[in-house]
Amino acid sequence: MAGKPKLYYFDGRGKMESIRWLLAAAGVEFEEEFLETREQYEKLLQGGSLLFQQVPMVEIDGMKMVQTRAILSYIAAKYNLYGKDLKERALIDMYVGGTDDLMGFILIFPFLSAEDKEKQHAVIVQKATSRYFPAYEKVLKDHGQDFLVGNSFSWADIHLLEAILMVEEKKSDVLLGFPHSIPTIKKFLEPGSQRKPVPDDKYVETVRRVLHMYHDKKAN
Amino acid sequence: MSGKPRLTYCNGRGRMEPIRWLLAACSRLVFSTDGVLMFQQVPLVEIDGMKMVQTRAILSYIAGKYNLYGKDLKERALIDMYVEGITDLMQMILMFPFSPPEAKEKNLDSIKERATNRYFPVFEKVLKQHGQDFLVGNKFSWADVQLIEAILAVEEKIPAVLSGFPQLQAFKIRMSNMPTIKKFLQPGSPRKPPPDENYRETVLKIFRK
Repeated sequence: MAGKPKLYYFDGRGKMESIRWLLAAAGVEFEEEFLETREQYEKLLQGGSLLFQQVPMVEIDGMKMVQTRAILSYIAAKYNLYGKDLKERALIDMYVGGTDDLMGFILIFPFLSAEDKEKQHAVIVQKATSRYFPAYEKVLKDHGQDFLVGNSFSWADIHLLEAILMVEEKKSDVLLGFPHSIPTIKKFLEPGSQRKPVPDDKYVETVRRVLHMYHDKKAN
Repeated sequence: MSGKPRLTYCNGRGRMEPIRWLLAACSRLVFSTDGVLMFQQVPLVEIDGMKMVQTRAILSYIAGKYNLYGKDLKERALIDMYVEGITDLMQMILMFPFSPPEAKEKNLDSIKERATNRYFPVFEKVLKQHGQDFLVGNKFSWADVQLIEAILAVEEKIPAVLSGFPQLQAFKIRMSNMPTIKKFLQPGSPRKPPPDENYRETVLKIFRK
């Protein structure tokens, strides 16, 4: 089935942002349908489009894919951003697992109480600077190549850049000297791209309204 | 480096259990040692010259290596979707021993609700629609191993949980009788028992912040 992938999510980052990044970095144009109302969500549910009743959902190649990690893996493999063999895949999966965990601390942030936000901010910075960034720093230093895996641009690089920029938004001097020179990434970073801004109150309110999620999340 | 994969973890289920299941399903034996932790975390699996961390990465590698990951990209995608859904359910069970006593009943209700209203109906439907023995591509895969593990884990908490799911009941019997899985279900295998107070205390002690 031809046609652009279509993304179903809120008009904001959340779990869909990594997918937007990956598609953009691969130079793949995509369409989006933004969830604004509870009725839209219920319509998707009733239509059987959401396998586990959740978004993100991406229509791609005749499939209605759910589960962020599954979607990302499919896109990475399809557009040759997943290494050249099983071992390179394994490394990419490991690295992406780490950046995913780091971004998980940031993802939950808008939904915390004001008091927890302050604590979480410190947690994010601490985990980034003492657990995750040193691990990737070492990888890059040890092999001296431009990219994390196999001397070739991959999903791992895109995911790490996304994580660095998100942490940087919380603490501006945390950025490493990471390659910004890849054309598709550069394009995604320009105004007018489909990259979503930092989640604001309007975003939080929309998510709460659509998912009927009216309690504050707890940080773990 | 050839030889058996080596697993480093606490002596209990946790995040290592799905890895034990998958290795057992392809008849690889396991034992434990210590190693370098990329993100300061376990599970750690030393396999084929790599010190692998990140549960999902480890499971994907094993599945890919032992042909439990479908025949093409689309079957992979299905397997990944199913595995991720099951993992979300298992996450609730994973965290259960660490919830405060006053929250345990509510958490148990949540597990039951999610299993019976969100996850099990999906796999019941998948099996019913294609009428095959396995979830994806008419062939044993990682998705089947993950599902049988989850079914048994939920049943330990909620014994009658499969009562509305005839396909899953049949699936459970079929999987349990597969030679490698049957072996893993027997006493003396690397399979770990349900987490007890001792396990919980050990984990808290080791990961004390």
